[in-house]
Amino acid sequence: MFQVRFHGRGGQGVVTAAELLASAAFSEGRHAQAFPSFGSERMGAPVMSFCRIDDQPIRTHEPVTEPDALIIQDVTLLHQADLFAGLSREGYMLVNSARGFAELGLDEFVSGFHQDRLLVVPASQLALTHLGRPLPGAPMLGGFAALTWAVSLDAVLAAINEKFRGPVADGNAKAARAAFAFVRDEREALTRKAQSPKAEADA
Amino acid sequence: MLKQLEGSRAVAEAVAMCRPQVICAYPITPQTHIVEALSAMVKTGDLEAEFLNVESEFAAMSVAIGASAAGARAYTATASQGLLYMSEAVYNAAGLGLPIVMTVANRAIGAPINIWNDHSDSMSQRDAGWLQLFAETNQEALDLHIQAFRIAEELSIPVMVCMDGFLLTHASERVDIPEPGQVDAFLPRYEPRQVLDPDDPVSIGAMVGPEAFTEVRYLAFERMRQSLGVIESAAADFAKTFKRDSGGLVRPYLTDDAEIIVIALGSVLGTVKDTVDDLRADGMKVGVLGITTFRPFPAEAVREALGVKPRHVIVLERALAPGTGGIVTADIRMALAGRLAPRISTVIAGLGGRAVTRKSLRGLLEQDDLDPLTFLDLDTRLVDRELQRMRAARRSGPSPENILRDLGITASGIG
Amino acid sequence: MPYQRIKFYQTGSFAVGNRLLDENQRSVQSTAGRSNALTCGHRACQGCGEALGARYALDAVHTATNGKMIAVNATGCLEVFSTPFPETSWQIAWLHSLFGNAPAVASGVAAALKAMGRTDIRVVGQGGDGGTVDIGFACLSGMFERNDDVLYICYDNQAYMNTGVQRSGATPPAARTATTQAVGREPGNRFGQGKSAPLIAMAHEIPYVATATVADLRDLEYKATRAMDFRGARYLHILVPCPLGWGSAPADTVKVARLATESGLFPVFEAETGEVVSSTPIRHRVPVTEYLRIQARYAHLFRPKERTDVIEKIQAAADRNIRRFGLLPEDLSAERAESLAPATVTSPERR
Repeated sequence: MFQVRFHGRGGQGVVTAAELLASAAFSEGRHAQAFPSFGSERMGAPVMSFCRIDDQPIRTHEPVTEPDALIIQDVTLLHQADLFAGLSREGYMLVNSARGFAELGLDEFVSGFHQDRLLVVPASQLALTHLGRPLPGAPMLGGFAALTWAVSLDAVLAAINEKFRGPVADGNAKAARAAFAFVRDEREALTRKAQSPKAEADA
Repeated sequence: MLKQLEGSRAVAEAVAMCRPQVICAYPITPQTHIVEALSAMVKTGDLEAEFLNVESEFAAMSVAIGASAAGARAYTATASQGLLYMSEAVYNAAGLGLPIVMTVANRAIGAPINIWNDHSDSMSQRDAGWLQLFAETNQEALDLHIQAFRIAEELSIPVMVCMDGFLLTHASERVDIPEPGQVDAFLPRYEPRQVLDPDDPVSIGAMVGPEAFTEVRYLAFERMRQSLGVIESAAADFAKTFKRDSGGLVRPYLTDDAEIIVIALGSVLGTVKDTVDDLRADGMKVGVLGITTFRPFPAEAVREALGVKPRHVIVLERALAPGTGGIVTADIRMALAGRLAPRISTVIAGLGGRAVTRKSLRGLLEQDDLDPLTFLDLDTRLVDRELQRMRAARRSGPSPENILRDLGITASGIG
Repeated sequence: MPYQRIKFYQTGSFAVGNRLLDENQRSVQSTAGRSNALTCGHRACQGCGEALGARYALDAVHTATNGKMIAVNATGCLEVFSTPFPETSWQIAWLHSLFGNAPAVASGVAAALKAMGRTDIRVVGQGGDGGTVDIGFACLSGMFERNDDVLYICYDNQAYMNTGVQRSGATPPAARTATTQAVGREPGNRFGQGKSAPLIAMAHEIPYVATATVADLRDLEYKATRAMDFRGARYLHILVPCPLGWGSAPADTVKVARLATESGLFPVFEAETGEVVSSTPIRHRVPVTEYLRIQARYAHLFRPKERTDVIEKIQAAADRNIRRFGLLPEDLSAERAESLAPATVTSPERR
C-alpha cells in the first residue's frame, strides 16, 4: 500500500487533489481511497486529505499517520506542528515552492531523508502560467508522478480530463506536464550530482 | 460498471436507479453531497421525480410521509441534529407503516456541536420502529439502498440506511455501479398496502386508545421480527442478481476458530479487519463479527456466528448510553442470555470523529485485562484537569470550552 | 285544516339550508346529493363551530373537485372528534400524521400526485389555530414559500381547545384561557402579542388568501370553492367559535361569529398575490361589548366591575380593522387606502 497525505488551505483544492490521485490510480486498474479531514466549509483554514493506493481492496478508514509521501500545497503551513508527522525515512515529500529547502528553513529536516525524494516544485507559479489561477493541485500531482512513480503522468492527465472540461482541463493538464518535467529534471540533476560528486566539487 | 466515486455520489446514483418519485431533504453535514447530487439529477431530467427543498428535517420526513401515503416511493436523508429534529415524524412514519427509505450519514449529536462521525444519531432512533442497516463500505452503502426499498415496501416498514459520515460519505472509493436494468429487475414498482385514493377513501392515522394500542404495537413488533427473514432473502436475491455479497444480517470474518471476537458496526470494521490480520500473523486467534442489520437485532445470527469457542467478546461501540454504558453490548448480552457466555467487554471508540487506529486497536486486543467498559484513547490528563477546575470553583465555566483551551485547539490534528 | 304559519326564511331567502331555491342558487349543503365528506356520528361538542365549518368547507371542495380530493389533518379537535377508533366520520381519503406537520405532509401528498401524473386530484391540509400558527408555522411557511399546490384551511377557535383551552398564538387579547387566566392585575391574555395568519399568508404572496366565519356559510362555501380555481398555495382562515372554550351558549355559535364580524374584530376578506381584492362590509355595526358580553372568556371584563380601559383597547383594535380593510363603505379613509392595495368592496350576492 502507498499512502499519501496532502496539506494545504481551504480553497486550494486539497481535497480535489486527493480525489484526482485516486482517480489516476483507478484508471490504472488499482484500488484507491481518497478522503478529506476537515470541518465546516471555510476558506483559508488548514486542511488535510489522504489517498491510499493498493493492488488489494483497501479496508481501513483511519487517517494516514505514516505517509509514504507528503504533498505540501502551501508553505505557510510549514512550521505548523505535526505537518511531517509519520513520514518514514524512505518517504517522499513534494513542497509547492519556488524557493529551495534552505530558503524555507527546512535544510536540516530534509537532510535526514533521501535527497532525491524530498523536492520542491513551483506548482502555484506553473498553474498561474498555464491555467491562469494559482491552483497547485494538478501540477503537484504531475510532480508527484515524476517523484514517486506511484502513478504515471498519463494516469494523472486522464484524471484531470475526467474531472475538468475545456480550457480548465487543458490548463491543468499543461501545468501538470510542466511540473512533471520540472521534478523529473530536478531528480536527474540530483542523481547526476550524487553519481559524480568529485566532478561537482571540481566544477 | 466500476467507477471511482465519492460515497455520497455512489449512494445518489443508486437511489436514482431505484426510481424514487418524491425526494425531500434539508441540508446537513455530512449528507449534503447526496441530496445535492440528486437535486441536480432531477433538475436535468436525468431522474424523473419531484424534489422538494424543505424548510427543516421535520418537514423532510413529513413530506415523505405524505408522499408515501399517497402511493409514491419516497426518499430523504439526514444526520445527527436533523435526525433528532425529525424524531417525532420518524416514529410517526413507522407507526403509520410507510415504506420510506432514509440515509443517515452518521454524525455525533451535540451539545457540544460536532460534525464528525459516530453512531449516536442512529442509536437515538433505535426504538422508533425503523429497520436499521449499517454499511461497511461505500459499495455496501449503495447496495443497501437498493435492498432497502425492496425490503421496506415488502414489509411496509421504513428503513434507515446508516453510513459513516465523512469516512464513507466523503471518501472516494472504487465501486461497482449497477446497470439500471439490473435494479429494475430487482426492485419492482411500489404497490402500497394502504393508500390515499379518492376512489376508495380510507382514514389513515386514527387515535387508538388503551383498548387496542397494545395489539397495534404487538403486530408491529412481530412484523419487525419477521423482517429478519425478508432481509436475508433480499440479500440472497441481491447476490444472485448483482453477483456480490452485500447486506444481510451479520458478516463474520475469521470467527471459526477465534478465541477473541471483536463486534462492530460500520466502516470501522475495515480498520478492525486490517488489525486482526496483523494479529493473526502474530499467532493470535482473533476474529471479527460485523453487524449489518442492527434493527431488528439479529440475535440468532449473532449467537450462531459467535459459536461457543470465544472466551472474550469485545464490543466496539461508536456511541454510548449515558448512565449505563454500551448500546450494542446490551443487545449482545440479551442475545447470549441463558447460555454459557464468554466474557464481554465494551470499548467506546471514535466518539465525535476521533480516529480509530490500527495502532490503538492492536494495543487494545493485546491487553489481557480489559475493563468491562473502556474508552479507547481517553486523554485522562484533560479529564483530570477539568475535574480539578470544577472542584476548585463553582463558576468553573463550560467544560467543553475549558478542555479545548487546554488542548490549544486551532485546527484538527491528524489522528 | 290546521293553519301553518310559513316563516319568511323558509322561502325566498338565501339562508344556507334553503332547498326551495333554484338548483343553481342552492348552497352545496342544501343539495340532495351532498357528499358529507365529514359525515354524522362524530364526537364534537354541541354547537361546535369547527365541525360546522369543516363540513361546509370540505363539501364545497368536494363538489368543486368532483370528489377528487385528499385531506391531511393536523392533530386537534377536528382530528380527535372525527376519528375515535375504530370509527371514522370521514368519507374522503384522509390522513392524520402529527400536530405540527400537516402543511408539510400535504405538500408531500401533492408532490406524490404530481410525480404520479395525478394533478387532477387536489389536496387540502387542515388544522386548528394551534397547529397552524404555532407548532405548524414553519411547515406552513415552507409550503407557502414553495407555492406547493395545497389549500390549507385553518379552523380558528383561538386556543388549544382539544387539550383543555390553553392559549395559542391566535388567542385574542384579554381572553381567558387555562394558561392566561382571569386573575391578577391584567386578567386574561396579554395585549401586544399574537399574530395574524392571514396577513402572514399574504406576505408570502401566495395566489389566494381568504377569511370566513360560520356566520356566513354561503360565503364560506364560496371561498372554499373559489380557492379551488387556483393552483399553488392557498390559505383559508375560518373563525369557528367554541362554546366550551369561549364560554358561549352552544346555540349561539353562529351568532357569536356574526358579532365578531359585525364588531370589526374579525375582518372578512379575500386577497390574491398579497393584495386585498375584496372585503365583506359590516351590515349593522355593533360595539365590541355586544360580542364580548356573551362569552364567559371575557366575563372578567364586566364583573366585578366593567374594565372600560381594556374594552377600549379591544374597541380600538376593531376600529383599526374597519379602517384597514374598509369594512364600513362610507368610512374609506386615506390610512386604509395606503395600507392595502386596491380593494373592491363586494357583497356575497353580487359574486
